[in-house]
Amino acid sequence: MKVGVLALQGDVREHLSALIACGIDPVQVRRPSELAEVDALVLPGGESTTIAQLAEIFGLLEPIRTRISSGMPVYGSCAGMILLADSILDAKEGQKTFGGLDITVRRNAFGRQVDSFESDITFADGSADLIKAVFIRAPWVEQIGPGVKVLASVDAHPVAVRSDHLLATSFHPELTGDHRIHRYFIEEVAKPALEKVK
Amino acid sequence: MSEVKGTGRVKRGMAEMLKGGVIMDVVNAEQAKIAEDAGAVAVMALERVPADIRAQGGVARMSDPDMIEKIQAAVSIPVMAKARIGHFVEAQVLQSLGVDYIDESEVLTPADYENHIDKWDFTIPFVCGATNLGEALRRINEGAAMIRSKGEAGTGDVSNAMQHMRKIGGEIRRLSSMREDELYVAAKELQAPYELVKEVAQTGKLPVVLFTAGGIATPADAALMMAMGADGVFIGSGIFKSGNPAQRAAACVKATTFWNDAKVVADASRGLGEAMVGINVADLPAPHRLADRGW
Repeated sequence: MKVGVLALQGDVREHLSALIACGIDPVQVRRPSELAEVDALVLPGGESTTIAQLAEIFGLLEPIRTRISSGMPVYGSCAGMILLADSILDAKEGQKTFGGLDITVRRNAFGRQVDSFESDITFADGSADLIKAVFIRAPWVEQIGPGVKVLASVDAHPVAVRSDHLLATSFHPELTGDHRIHRYFIEEVAKPALEKVK
Repeated sequence: MSEVKGTGRVKRGMAEMLKGGVIMDVVNAEQAKIAEDAGAVAVMALERVPADIRAQGGVARMSDPDMIEKIQAAVSIPVMAKARIGHFVEAQVLQSLGVDYIDESEVLTPADYENHIDKWDFTIPFVCGATNLGEALRRINEGAAMIRSKGEAGTGDVSNAMQHMRKIGGEIRRLSSMREDELYVAAKELQAPYELVKEVAQTGKLPVVLFTAGGIATPADAALMMAMGADGVFIGSGIFKSGNPAQRAAACVKATTFWNDAKVVADASRGLGEAMVGINVADLPAPHRLADRGW
């Protein structure tokens, strides 16, 4: 499986390292030709307005939308969750997303940087072990559509969701050295989804 | 389930999210919106851009809280603000306003010529300037969660930023090539804590994100700094002291992402109108050089 990390802006390097730790040989995606080469994509943390704008300018917005709707597995953390959401609140005027995940996400819902926090939370992948979650000016999920499953919550706000081939977390597993979420994406989300397409 | 705020990981992590991006100096809400629309990852709210501080002289201080709050209300991206070196009360004020990052900056007039702010005391992360590795590690030891090379702010002359990036990069490469028993003396020479020196020698990089700043005025300048190993770029006077700020801002964002693609940098550089006029750093008398502030 060839996995790409969208490398327009953000913590690309940390996602590359996490994927390498999961036995993947990831590539960076900045151009449509590079997107065409990958089977699955990770949308990193970063500034969602900047990433969306660069994606549009450099001709990635529509190709990524097309790939998502034709079943490409995608995992997004923080800004990546915003980019996967069908609808966003507290957005910059006219802010676009790739969409595909039937959720409404509120940007910076947990507050500004002064409110950024770490917490040990449960993640519904069948393991009872807590996972270290790092929230940085993080969004939360405010509404979910049919078929969207909540995998983790903080104070009753969903912070990890999945719908079929799409996975999103409002926290940053790539910053902790714990690769459980990336492994879950590869093993439980991407592999079954790609099998189905075949 | 306990939530812990202001941890090292949360502070340093915030800077990781800014990587590959451009942080722009703005002096009002209109400029902040232009910066956000151009794709800035954050804005730095300040009363006067460095070029004006340089031209007008006088003591440069923290910005008016009203002005910072107007900028916070105008944009959805992170808002940073500057405190004077060593002025921990200005920093406390900025933290109470909820700014996302504090720049303890040599661009403002220092409040303390011996000590910097004890940055561990704060929930909000700090970025500090450095001209060499020892200075960067001293700031990290005081709690800085992000470093930027200083350059010479407000000049439009990139040569000092280049010199500082080469210096920091060169010193890191030198540490990486050393035997472990040589690192004690290296720490002494760098005037930096041994533990940090050892960490840099082992990882081959700073323990925090390294941006660059000072004199960056064109898309090619931004790309040059990325090629020198910067994780991202601060642009101060270069945008809003130029002929067409919106277009130049967007062009610098593109060039920062595609720094290693000369064709994209070329396209971004077309028809931008006049760049800021600029001052050659070599023509600046030593007492007027901002990069020498901080120690």
